[in-house]
Amino acid sequence: MEVFLQQLINGLTLGSIYGLIAIGYTMVFGIIGMVNFAHGDVFMVGGFIALILFMVFTAWLGLAVVPALVLVLILGMALTGLWNWTIERVAYRPLRGSFRLAPLISAIGVSIFLANFVQVIQGPRNKPLPPMIQGNFVLMGEGSTTVVLAYKQIVIMVITAVLLGLFWYLVQKTALGRAQRACEQDRKMAALLGIDVDRTISLTFVIGAALASVAGVMYLMYYGVVSFSDGFVPGVKAFTAAVLGGIGSLPGAVLGGLLIGLIETMWSAYFTIDYKDVAAFSILAITLIFLPTGILGRPEVEKV
Amino acid sequence: MAASAQAAAASREAPTKAQALREAGFAALVMLGLSVPIVALRTEQNMENQLVLAPRYGMVLLACIGVFLARYIQVMFVNGLTRTLLIVGSFTLLGGVARATGQALDGFSVGVFVIGAALIAAGFAWQKRVDAQAGAPAAPAFLERFSAIQPYVGPAALGFIAVYPALALWLTGTGGSIKWIDNFGIQILIYIMLGWGLNIVVGLAGLLDLGYVAFYAVGAYSYALLATKVIPEVFPTLGVWSFWICLPISGILAALWGILLGFPVLRLRGDYLAIVTLAFGEIIRLVLINWVEFSNGYAGISTIPRPSFFGIPFNASDTGFAAVFGLEFSPIYRTIFLYYVILCLALLTAFVTLRLRRLPVGRAWEALREDEIACRSLGINTTNTKLTAFALGAMFGGFAGCFFAARQGFISPESFTFIESAQVLAIVVLGGTGSLVGVVIASIALVGGFEILRELDFLKLIFGESFDPTQYRTLLFGLAMVLIMLWKPRGLVSTREPTAFLKESKSVSGSLVKEGHG
Repeated sequence: MEVFLQQLINGLTLGSIYGLIAIGYTMVFGIIGMVNFAHGDVFMVGGFIALILFMVFTAWLGLAVVPALVLVLILGMALTGLWNWTIERVAYRPLRGSFRLAPLISAIGVSIFLANFVQVIQGPRNKPLPPMIQGNFVLMGEGSTTVVLAYKQIVIMVITAVLLGLFWYLVQKTALGRAQRACEQDRKMAALLGIDVDRTISLTFVIGAALASVAGVMYLMYYGVVSFSDGFVPGVKAFTAAVLGGIGSLPGAVLGGLLIGLIETMWSAYFTIDYKDVAAFSILAITLIFLPTGILGRPEVEKV
Repeated sequence: MAASAQAAAASREAPTKAQALREAGFAALVMLGLSVPIVALRTEQNMENQLVLAPRYGMVLLACIGVFLARYIQVMFVNGLTRTLLIVGSFTLLGGVARATGQALDGFSVGVFVIGAALIAAGFAWQKRVDAQAGAPAAPAFLERFSAIQPYVGPAALGFIAVYPALALWLTGTGGSIKWIDNFGIQILIYIMLGWGLNIVVGLAGLLDLGYVAFYAVGAYSYALLATKVIPEVFPTLGVWSFWICLPISGILAALWGILLGFPVLRLRGDYLAIVTLAFGEIIRLVLINWVEFSNGYAGISTIPRPSFFGIPFNASDTGFAAVFGLEFSPIYRTIFLYYVILCLALLTAFVTLRLRRLPVGRAWEALREDEIACRSLGINTTNTKLTAFALGAMFGGFAGCFFAARQGFISPESFTFIESAQVLAIVVLGGTGSLVGVVIASIALVGGFEILRELDFLKLIFGESFDPTQYRTLLFGLAMVLIMLWKPRGLVSTREPTAFLKESKSVSGSLVKEGHG
């Protein structure tokens, strides 16, 4: 029971991170029908930007952890958004409406480029950071079988909840959100009605990257380490989350993220930790084969 | 009247300097934003294993100036050659500045300056010529000449490939030629073969496979396990199985895996298919890493037997190849032999592909690529069509894997990462999906190009001793993928040669062919 509760808490924390990345996949897929293969690496770049900014604020400017973290979140979102904006502008926009495979190949190229760019520019070693937030609540149990809720886990879940609220407001209530949903339904019609489609798509990439950058901050906070190769596996897992929840569906992405997080931690606790990535990849394959619309997705109608 | 219209057209085509400056300034500002934390500050571990920040503002400045110049040139000049000359020239100048400020203002820096200035001058001279011709494009005379010699290019290239080892031996001697035959010849031929194998799946049947390396791994591990573990330990009565017995078995096993993995994904298309095949490829690699009793995990399998020349081994013993043929022993004979083995395997792949395109199954593949629904409506069994494509593609991947294991003598899961799949897929797509010649050109450009990077030691003179060009191999590979896609989304060879035609064959530009789903 204690093990289960502990894994539940860990799984929800991890799931929050995956969910935030998954939103970026699902939004981009919804609006231009493309798997943004480089999104996992954008998340990794966000993690590195957060690491450097955090060190600047704490070690150079001597700020306390909390104001530093708030500044890192805001600045990191802006800078990672700029990265994804540039990527879309340079590597994807010229290929819109082109040959079917072209944007995907370009995205794979961007993914390889980003990972190796960070490797060259920041060095290939892991970057460990002393824990930002220490301490925890002991919820129940004694001795070796305790259920612990760490402060950093609370912070991660609270930030995720707040961000998802803001994000929901943005998509449902603002002009930008309306434009975005309109583009998702019918890009040509939206353009005829005076929506700047290119700008909307750009902003979608910026928002997706901003959420991924927050996920990067949390990843850094949770594991205390980031490396150039950390984009690929979390990226594929977040994509799995987006597919599991139903690609194109925003609540689905969050739900899928939480599910993937839970499955991964439970698998590690009850089976073998060696095969946890195999479990995630298998879920991806099984979902796509047997439930291609996901849990909350709409079935794709094929028009001839 | 005409003059004013011309002036209007000119002003539309040629932006003013102010506009170009504004564009370039914006691009430089974006570059500044991109590079501010991640390039400007490098995280390094100090003696106490703590992370510290090391500033590198000069690099940010250089990057911003570089982007500013490139964008300015791109906006101001339309002609491709002008742009290239000016951009390369100004970047060379920047490199010279970096060296002069970073290390020393010596003769070498001055030389770099001179080269950069010469390139820029050439760019302006070329632009003057273009202006003088008032926009009329220079006649591509060499293209006409090329079409005259085109029928001879293929046989000439084949002839060159056939005599390549002898040529390398003659030009660089016994010691130096191993590098040229092994690193360039064999390496490129392996990728050509993989590209041709994947071409059946992606280029002909239109099924996007991101996990092709899985079949390469199946082939390699089949041979390694059969030769070192299964036959000697489980069935010792069967004797020792050589490379030539294991080669077809590896291919068949890989084909079986192709059917096994192909079966569940039959309903998927496009990007989804790509992601599932990626997942399968990763699962196979992770199992190879974690199932230590089976595959020996990260440590890999070593002492894989090398292929022999009709039973004559390539070693220094009295019954070895050199002794039997009365030659002095040298490892070069094995390398040359391996070169011809992979050449034959690759040509077999090409031959089978060419012949299959004329069979009903090959035509069904191409019909499937163009439009799956129409294909099904016409009574083609899409299940069988897709599975045969998967199985055949996988079989050639398995052959290549078996050869790879025999050539290396050692394999580990490290050799079968996603990046390999991406590289083979990039070769197929960048070459032009479906084009056999395109695969060859892309393999030579990508694989050969990166091998060349190892030779670029002179760059150390510009960027300092710690500069290692091979470090940038994968980085440049990713960049090349993006740039080639932007330049030619259909790949380098984008014309289609139809297999079925009325009276005469007309090649079709790839951009006129709409690929359906699938």
